[in-house]
Amino acid sequence: MINVPTILWFDEEGRIARPNDVAFGSNDFKEMTGIDSELHLERLRAWVRGEGPAMTPEEARAAQTLPTAAEQEARAEFTLAWWLSQRGHAEDAEPHYVRAGELAPHDFTIRRGTMLIRGLDPMGEDFMKIVNEWTEAGNAFYRPIEPVSAS
Amino acid sequence: MSATLTLLHDGRTDEITVADPARPTIPADALEATLGWELQPEGLCQGAMCVPVDQDALVGDGGLDLGVFADALQRPLVTDEKHVVAALGASHHDRGEALASLQAPDFTLPDLDGNPHSLSDQRGKKVLLVAYASW
Repeated sequence: MINVPTILWFDEEGRIARPNDVAFGSNDFKEMTGIDSELHLERLRAWVRGEGPAMTPEEARAAQTLPTAAEQEARAEFTLAWWLSQRGHAEDAEPHYVRAGELAPHDFTIRRGTMLIRGLDPMGEDFMKIVNEWTEAGNAFYRPIEPVSAS
Repeated sequence: MSATLTLLHDGRTDEITVADPARPTIPADALEATLGWELQPEGLCQGAMCVPVDQDALVGDGGLDLGVFADALQRPLVTDEKHVVAALGASHHDRGEALASLQAPDFTLPDLDGNPHSLSDQRGKKVLLVAYASW
């Protein structure tokens, strides 16, 4: 999981029927995100009612983004930083948070999720700065399995 | 000078006496209880599975070198020397294999009243998991 919202579907046996995807429950943020919630909701309703398929295992595997060594190292850096933060060592935690972000710049669960504890604003300028840097470099902030454009 | 290393790994926290905080080690006799691996002539073993390892590099005077252990298993090891704490992460290979199996790992989280709920409690039903944040 690298950002929110993230949704997953699990079938009756606890298997992943649709891997990590980006979907919203409403169109409240459609103008900002460019993601129309209806496509996911229609699919979800059809799957729950037994009127439509989830994904085949092959499709689900093809849609997964498996973790890299750098992402796993970023998570270890985050674990270490969080442990230090929780014990009042904010200054010593900071370089580990920064390193985690360098290792996995696309992982906003780490980069945005740690802002509050680092004295940064996850809803304001600090957040917009990292998002703008990321998107101006040609990267998408939300990465749904299939492109979903707002009309 | 020996010190106590706090090792964060696999959702656990262990405290280990180390000879040199700059080069974390683990006593050979604590390897299995702490990390679930045994050192055998074949390498690092867990049940029937063994991973080759350079035993000369792994085994030193202070015990087993955690950096060599982590490298052999493709697990990230990050350290903070000042506070003598290390985090040993999961290997991307193992995580990738687990995810590609499509079998969801079980987990338990509390609801707003503190009551725990596990994914496995929902067997027999289709489940939509939504992760969101208010930041």
